[in-house]
Amino acid sequence: MAMALPLAYASSVVNPFEAGRLSFSTKATKHKKHIYQFRKVTKVLAYYGLANPPYKLDALEPYMSRRTLELHWGNIHRGYVDSLNKQLANSPLYGCTMEELIKTTFNNGNPLPEYNNAAEVWNHDFFWESMQPNGGRLPWGGVLDQIEKDFGSFSNFRDEFVHSAMMLFGSGWVWLVLKTNERRLSIVRTSNAVCPLVWGDIPIISLDMWEHAYYLDYKVF
Amino acid sequence: MALRTLFSKKAFTTASGFRPIAAGDRCFLRQARGLTVAALPDLAYDYGALEPAISGEIMRLHHQKHHQAYVTNYNNALEQLETAMAKGDASAVVRLQSAIKFNGGGHINHSIFWKNLKPVNEGGGEPPHSTLGWAIDTDFCSLEALVQKMNAEGAALQGSGWWLALDKGSKKLSVETTANQDPLVSKGANLVPLLGIDVWEHAYYLQYKNVRPDYLKNIWKVINWKYASEVFDEETA
Repeated sequence: MAMALPLAYASSVVNPFEAGRLSFSTKATKHKKHIYQFRKVTKVLAYYGLANPPYKLDALEPYMSRRTLELHWGNIHRGYVDSLNKQLANSPLYGCTMEELIKTTFNNGNPLPEYNNAAEVWNHDFFWESMQPNGGRLPWGGVLDQIEKDFGSFSNFRDEFVHSAMMLFGSGWVWLVLKTNERRLSIVRTSNAVCPLVWGDIPIISLDMWEHAYYLDYKVF
Repeated sequence: MALRTLFSKKAFTTASGFRPIAAGDRCFLRQARGLTVAALPDLAYDYGALEPAISGEIMRLHHQKHHQAYVTNYNNALEQLETAMAKGDASAVVRLQSAIKFNGGGHINHSIFWKNLKPVNEGGGEPPHSTLGWAIDTDFCSLEALVQKMNAEGAALQGSGWWLALDKGSKKLSVETTANQDPLVSKGANLVPLLGIDVWEHAYYLQYKNVRPDYLKNIWKVINWKYASEVFDEETA
């Protein structure tokens, strides 16, 4: 069992309670040496991996080029994951899903140093999911009903969404969220890395308006 | 002379940029419809003159598209402000403030930025001497230390912003960062910008991709310390 511990470093989030159980389950007298070795190397780390987008990197052409995705996902998104893991190596934060980590590190508006990287990792994961090859069709079912209820029509919603994106000053994101308190859809702009999860709202789709998201393909918008 | 200036690609700028408006100048302001509006200033060098530190493509887009957009939107906002003020529409006046701050700030910042850059064969990258040089040594120990500090702060800046360095308020130099297009005065009314570096992604992405530290390392080769010195001397006189 002690041998299983190194694997905990490698991939997904480590459950600290399991790690604790591992150490106590070892017979003290017989495996004292193992315990000491175990205790020496025991340091529970949170470690997050870079998820692949749910499509090949050229699947969004001609709207978003393979080159953009190679850089955006392969360099920038990966960079946030690596930076986050580096920060977490010296941090007491562990055992969290990414959503929990974001809310914890947002710290009610006084963000901890890990917030920016954590939020950007999640934001980009969500962004890839917000797009699909051969997409651009109309939504259907409950989402369309709610859009029509809250915006009048899908094209009204799209115009408002685009307008909101054009009004963003600086780097940031545009979101369609379901506001949990008001129980309605709303278009929200956030700056830099801010994510609507921190306010308890539910993102439906997002759009990355940082310049790196579109500059290679569209230059100036 | 004035006609040649009007049609030449280079701007008729003096070193400090502080002088009264004269006929034939392609400078900061122009009178139109009774409202003083902003105009896109010319560069004092060709778009490709700063290569390889900054590519000609970036300079062209940055100047002709980005800066021009700030000028256009700033002028639009000013017109709307004038109308709102005439009508006494207070909420419209307040609502326009963020657009004025963003686009006006963008215009101010970029106008300084073009003067902060100079081709290598015209003195770009030459370190500062005399007054500014001594001030840098006093406040930062050395030019290398200043460059290192500025690079660190510029790389660390989240999102878009400016890294407007060397402010002189209480006769001391300091390195400040501002977010988005906030001009330096938004951090302190006594701060005078000497040297600014645009760290928005549009300033380097086409050439350096997301490796902002490389951009910051290379831009020093085309920094125009002469302009910074002149502003410094004028303010400390």
